Amino acid sequence: MAKEDLIEVEGVIKEALPNAKFRVELENGHIVEAHISGKIRMHFIRILPGDKVKVELSPYDLSRGRITFRVK
Amino acid sequence: MKREYSISLKTAEEIAILRDAGKVLAGIIEKLKSSLTSGITTKDIDGIAQELIQKSHVKPAFKGYRGFPGCVCVSINEEVVHGIPGERIVKEGDIVSLDVGIVYKDYYSDTAVTVGVGRLNGDLSKLLKVTEESLYKGIEQARVSNHLSDISHAIQKHVEANHFSIVREFVGHGIGKRLHEDPEIPNFGPPNNGPVLEEGMVFAIEPMVNMGSWQTKILEDGWTVVAADGKPSAHFEHCVAVTKNGPEILTK
Repeated sequence: MAKEDLIEVEGVIKEALPNAKFRVELENGHIVEAHISGKIRMHFIRILPGDKVKVELSPYDLSRGRITFRVK
Repeated sequence: MKREYSISLKTAEEIAILRDAGKVLAGIIEKLKSSLTSGITTKDIDGIAQELIQKSHVKPAFKGYRGFPGCVCVSINEEVVHGIPGERIVKEGDIVSLDVGIVYKDYYSDTAVTVGVGRLNGDLSKLLKVTEESLYKGIEQARVSNHLSDISHAIQKHVEANHFSIVREFVGHGIGKRLHEDPEIPNFGPPNNGPVLEEGMVFAIEPMVNMGSWQTKILEDGWTVVAADGKPSAHFEHCVAVTKNGPEILTK
């Protein structure tokens, strides 16, 4: 899948899940499961419930995403 | 912008308990390893682990952890970590990762090894060797005044020099009164990054190395992590204390 196909949205972390994933509530009210990007890990950026984040979704599976950025 | 990790520092007394816990756990995993034969199911392995844990008068750390049903994570071949014990049968030529955690006097210990069943092909033997070596390269960096990512970098460098890839979505962790404490310890990244290491920190360092690409996916059971390309994956883990005399492996 080409990278351009990804949809980028903002959301808020609701809950940390096992298996290194988070439940994120998107701006449109949808709840998705998302894992965090390697780049966030590499820079030791902590993601906690309540944080505003950017999430990339695949148009083929809108229920799962990848957290790419923590907004402040 | 960057929030600090709160990494707990263990006292000498706490490290003594963790050392005892690690010794018990090392004994358990040694026996569990020798019980591995072709034809055994992963559920049988879990049964043996449970018995060994009970006999040692300690508690399993994984059973019931966020609903995980087993005492041990058994991950075969393309399974990276968190394999749920079940009906899968171990076969000659498989590589099997055994990951066990225990609670001893309210402290946690966590270790993993990957073992070959019978004769392995050359690539698989090399995968096991490089993964274990990368763990020791990482441990070697667990020194006072080093940065956390010096551990990460040493692991990645060794793995990639041998043309394997390091899993990025799962990481090592601090350990002590809880199974997973701060910090997260990625097995990749540039050196000289992240928190500065201090005496009394205790880490579970656990490189997961894929023969193919580093991408993984989680199966429908919600736990089992597999290599996305279906190629074999290995995993080794030790608990390590940062001491003024250098890294001390507790799970041995």
